[in-house]
Amino acid sequence: MTDTDQIPDKALEKEPNAFAQMMRMLWHDKVALVAVIFLIIVAFCAIFGPWLLDAAATKQNLRGRNSPPFDMAKGWLFVLGGDALGRPLFARIIVAASNTIMVATGAVLCSMVIGSTLGLIAGYTKTRASQIILRLADVIMSFPSLLLAVIVLYMLSPSVTNIIIVLAITRIPIYLRTTRAEVLEIRERMFVQAARVMGASDMRIIFRHILPVVFPTLLTIATLDFAFVMLAESALSFLGIGIQPPEITWGLMVSQGRPYLTNAWWLSFWPGLAIILTTLSLNLVSNWMRIALDPVQRWRLEIKGKKQ
Amino acid sequence: MRHFIGKRAFASALSLIGLIVLVFFLSRLTGDPTALFLPLDASLESRERFRELHGLNDPIIVQFGHYVWDVLNLDFGDSIRKARPALEVVLSAFQWTLILALTTVFLVTVAAIIIGSLAAFYAGGVFDRIATFLSLIGASAPDFWIAIVAIVLFSVNLGWLPTSGTGTIWHWVMPIAVLFIRPFGLALQVVRGSMITALSSAYVKTARAKGVKASPIIFVHALRNALLPVITVIGDLAAGMLNGAVVVETIFGFPGVGKLMIDSILQRDFTVVLAAIMVSAMAIFLMNLLIDIAYSVLDPRIRY
Repeated sequence: MTDTDQIPDKALEKEPNAFAQMMRMLWHDKVALVAVIFLIIVAFCAIFGPWLLDAAATKQNLRGRNSPPFDMAKGWLFVLGGDALGRPLFARIIVAASNTIMVATGAVLCSMVIGSTLGLIAGYTKTRASQIILRLADVIMSFPSLLLAVIVLYMLSPSVTNIIIVLAITRIPIYLRTTRAEVLEIRERMFVQAARVMGASDMRIIFRHILPVVFPTLLTIATLDFAFVMLAESALSFLGIGIQPPEITWGLMVSQGRPYLTNAWWLSFWPGLAIILTTLSLNLVSNWMRIALDPVQRWRLEIKGKKQ
Repeated sequence: MRHFIGKRAFASALSLIGLIVLVFFLSRLTGDPTALFLPLDASLESRERFRELHGLNDPIIVQFGHYVWDVLNLDFGDSIRKARPALEVVLSAFQWTLILALTTVFLVTVAAIIIGSLAAFYAGGVFDRIATFLSLIGASAPDFWIAIVAIVLFSVNLGWLPTSGTGTIWHWVMPIAVLFIRPFGLALQVVRGSMITALSSAYVKTARAKGVKASPIIFVHALRNALLPVITVIGDLAAGMLNGAVVVETIFGFPGVGKLMIDSILQRDFTVVLAAIMVSAMAIFLMNLLIDIAYSVLDPRIRY
């Protein structure tokens, strides 16, 4: 008994430096706290939504077509109204969270891992390879991502994997350039040179000394980018080139509700609201992270905490 | 400077060529245009004639060679769908996009600079909080959703504004307003951030100590130094818009280059797609050049 109790205690004692401190800063910034809680709820819906509500979200009921919101007569699932085939919007939004979040997560993870790896290479080495990497990034940057995605997705078939790949490719340059710029500066700092003098290998320098310094910036960008990718995916689905029915995403739901705008506004309104609330939360968390992860600015949050 | 422009032009041309190769070959992979353009019961002879007419019988490499040669002679081919020169179709759509983009970018720049500077000056105050929150909402809003909600509200329910098309000045209000929101949100945050840095610098403190009034401090002393990052962001946003605001143009039935490109892709009118890519790439190249010149005007230390 005592053994099992002691282990978590020790783990907690070690952490106040990092995790507990972050939690305390989060607790004192109420807006960011609300945003984080909302995002956790969205993540929960994305993971368990299809598993819990898939049957309810796909069951058609033509007598309940476009049933108005806030009418509890049909049950709590119809609190946001029904869609054009009488399916409960509330359940559909929760189920659609899964695809929306999956595409965004996949795209952000892929572009972050590939982009920052290439950025580390381009920043740390001075070979020809780094020049080529930079030129490639320029090529991708010089064309608007949405249009590139439209062209490629129309020519290949629009599936979840293809959308993730296309969106990831268009976002790689962001991470690449940021990482490279930071690495160029960090490479010259004293502690890196000390490590080199002491005989550390390039791999060790990059992963143990440089990456930890770059990582907070990357995390902040990734949060912001998550919102961007979500909007891009929604726009693609809205244009009819993204996820195809019967799969659903929030953007597709907005588009499906468009023909009924004049008599049933709720079809498009709620999924759009889900998008805007999620991206807003992501932006708020990213803003908070930018301060919380920056040792120079962190005092703003800590002082605010002490006052209260 | 000339060397710099040359280098820039070379890099842009390289990426443009890559893009054209990509689009050209991908577009040929999507299937036979004859199946799409001729009716189902078209005879074999007329299909053959159609192929012959548009040079679809040659090997794809030869087709590409012909295309590149024509483009070098400033002949962008004909739009199959509209039976007009592709360049003409693109340019007539591009002028609409140009007006739309320039108006929006101008409004975004002015509004973001004024409101962002004031928010930075009163950092932490009520005005700052409201402005920051609104800009966050603006930056988070999906434009297609805003457009739809705006149509329901202002066209359907209130009947103030037309739903789509062009013609009167009222037709411009909603596309510009919807297009305005997201760039405004993004630009405002950048202005506010870089103005806060500029306002906490030593020369601003000196100016305050001398007793200079608030408005000259904000708009003369600090703003000029805070403008560089702002210009970068606004340039990026403008480049995006020059390519046509695809979503907004589609929803409002606005005859710009974004809508043209989507329609052409969906109708497999690839000469138009390629011409549109080249025209907007040219426009973006010119705009990036203007931004670089603006840099060196604002900060004389920057030399190319």
